[in-house]
Amino acid sequence: MTVLIDRTRPKTPNAGPVSVAERQREKARPTGLYKARTPIYPKLVHGPWRWLKWALLIVMLAIYYVTPWIRWERPGALPDQAVLVDFDGGRFYFFMIQLWPQEVYFITGLLVMSALALFLVTALFGRLWCGYACPQTVWTDLYIHVERLLEGDRNARMRLDAAPMSFDKLWRKAGKHAVWIGIAFGTGGAWIFYFHDAPQLIRTFWVGTAPLTAYVSCAILTFTTYVFAGHMREQVCTYMCPWPRIQGAMLDDQSFQVTYRYDRGEPRGAHKKAETWAGRGDCIDCNQCVVACPMGIDIRKGAQLECINCGLCIDACDEIMDRVERPRGLIAFDTDAAVAARCEGRKPQHRLLRPRTLYYGGALVLIGGLMIWGLSRREQIVVHALRDRNPAYVRLHDGAVRNGYTLKIANHGFEAARVEIRYAGVPNAVLNHPGQAGQGPLVVDVAPNRVTPLRLFVTVPAGAPEEGSRDATFAVISGDRTRSVETAFEYGSPPQ
Amino acid sequence: MSERERDEHSGVDTTGHEWDGIKELDSPLPRWWPWVFYACIAFSIVYWVLMPAWPGISGYTPGILKQSDRAAVAQDLNALHVQRGQGDAMLASASLQQIEADPELQAHALAVGQSVFGDNCASCHGAGGGGVKGYPNLRDDVWLWGGSLEEIEHTLRVGVRSGHVNTRTSQMPAFGRDGLLQPAQIADLTEYVVNLSGRPADAQAVARATTLFADNCAACHMPTGVGSRALGAPNLTDREWLNGSDRTAITSQLHNGRNGVMPTWEGRFSPDVIKALAVYVHVNAGGGEPSVTKVEVPTP
Repeated sequence: MTVLIDRTRPKTPNAGPVSVAERQREKARPTGLYKARTPIYPKLVHGPWRWLKWALLIVMLAIYYVTPWIRWERPGALPDQAVLVDFDGGRFYFFMIQLWPQEVYFITGLLVMSALALFLVTALFGRLWCGYACPQTVWTDLYIHVERLLEGDRNARMRLDAAPMSFDKLWRKAGKHAVWIGIAFGTGGAWIFYFHDAPQLIRTFWVGTAPLTAYVSCAILTFTTYVFAGHMREQVCTYMCPWPRIQGAMLDDQSFQVTYRYDRGEPRGAHKKAETWAGRGDCIDCNQCVVACPMGIDIRKGAQLECINCGLCIDACDEIMDRVERPRGLIAFDTDAAVAARCEGRKPQHRLLRPRTLYYGGALVLIGGLMIWGLSRREQIVVHALRDRNPAYVRLHDGAVRNGYTLKIANHGFEAARVEIRYAGVPNAVLNHPGQAGQGPLVVDVAPNRVTPLRLFVTVPAGAPEEGSRDATFAVISGDRTRSVETAFEYGSPPQ
Repeated sequence: MSERERDEHSGVDTTGHEWDGIKELDSPLPRWWPWVFYACIAFSIVYWVLMPAWPGISGYTPGILKQSDRAAVAQDLNALHVQRGQGDAMLASASLQQIEADPELQAHALAVGQSVFGDNCASCHGAGGGGVKGYPNLRDDVWLWGGSLEEIEHTLRVGVRSGHVNTRTSQMPAFGRDGLLQPAQIADLTEYVVNLSGRPADAQAVARATTLFADNCAACHMPTGVGSRALGAPNLTDREWLNGSDRTAITSQLHNGRNGVMPTWEGRFSPDVIKALAVYVHVNAGGGEPSVTKVEVPTP
């Protein structure tokens, strides 16, 4: 009989007597394809980089939580929210900019710019994004802080984890998870405000009348925040995020990164007070850079995939350097080229202007320029002409030929516009509009922030000598601006 | 049961199966796999309790949640009707002219009209309303019964040769088939009608048919051949021919006197849908008939 899972099998007597050699072989065998997570207990450090991280944490969270609550006056029934992705209305509002779905290339441009800025910053200063601005880093840092408040710093946490379950351990652990879930809910809850009118949604959310998508989004973000920042932490960066794998292509030996200056540190070793420093490096192998690292790595092994350039090991090391009365900066933002130069006894030179930084910077300026150019010459009124194709033309009772068109006039502005419509390119053509009364030029009012469809008919009197089709244009005139749209007039074949 | 055999290299038992010297390992399933399986069993039990599951003689077990797709669809449809009800109520209360003049109302009418037209009218009049031989083109300005909004709505309601009490009826006799006219007379009349629409015709035949036309056709098509909206008699002097414009087609029409049929839509559609359909046809025909603003466009 086969048992579904039997992990105890190797121990059962069924396996027969096991020799010592076999037991040793079994021990050496890898137990599985995946390595279990080794818990990391980052130690709290103090110093300028830690302060920068606090400051940016507050700034990033403030941006995230405050943005949806910024009001921005817009005319009429339009939403008064500065930043709003309005799926229902099919609009994206960003302060004075309002984008329609067909202008999504501006979002694309913004994403391309973000990527290029990331490339540039990485090429210059390494993974600053990862260390200070990435949501994964920011929320993980916040979670670690909560953990530290409730369970104490590194050593206390390790003791607590090793200790048997007790009331003290229970409430600390439960409290930590409760606060974590609270923060996660705050994260998910803030996200949905970007998609609906915030003051209204915060009311409807609690009484259960908010859209289902709001609850689902909130639940998903709550769950992922709790799992990613609370339980997975550095594993997200190491195994899930593609960016560490790509960043190698942006970095070179001139990029500033958190660097262990082995030219100064080696040979390392324990150091007793009053001993001479001659013939040995500054690194006393105290391991403080390792215990401070939220990624659980040893920076002295050089730049590595897991390093997020957060600089906490710099603060940890500087503290020790002060204590052993050696100059700070054994670990610092430095370049591989500078370390190599000092090893060879040369004076290190930093080159910020390098081909790659110039390429990235140039591309960034180019795309940025295109974006500004595109945004500045966005038309308030956009016109499309659709010619009837079924039937393509009709012959009227007197032999005249008539084509039907639908003119779609999109008014991207916040104010109604009055436009005049003309038709050109076809001799003797007469423009009709079934809705308009009275004679005179064809003038229509176009409502703001929507597309106004307009049925139009163009008639060429009987006797036109032409057949087939002919190019024509609609001209839409508003104020002193004229927009021309290409179309065609179908004469068809002459009557029998 | 055979003795278990331990694989030397992996330390896992084999199943005892062997193919060409290759033995199958009895590796345990990955742990997540059976857990998904157990979760599915748990889910199915919860599902049995909550949702309709077991078939019975007169139906199925309703489950605690009393979930019913039919009821959900009916509810959605009701909600849709309530949502559309506002627009439909506005259509019902507005006059045809008001509907056409108000952009919001017109847009609603056109949306309703388009779907109703596609389902009910397109089979004869074509998806775009362009018509085919024997079925009128609804996009031009030739209207047997009139192309104003009211006339279109009336035609939609009563139909043509339909079962409606007030149905519109025109009657073209089958002059040849019923022996009312001789083939030679029909040939002469054909020439006369070709001449009426301004095309070259046999002058002698036209002269011979003058009396024939006055006696047999003028009552409906009028002495000058311009037709009559009241009788649904086509204008014979224009360039549009419902049943074909060549001599064969005209002779055939004189001989057989074919008449089209359009169903009555009253009772099939509510009055507001008929209104929407009338507006749809009227607007897409360029306003049907004359009352259309004309703007002279200067050509370069």
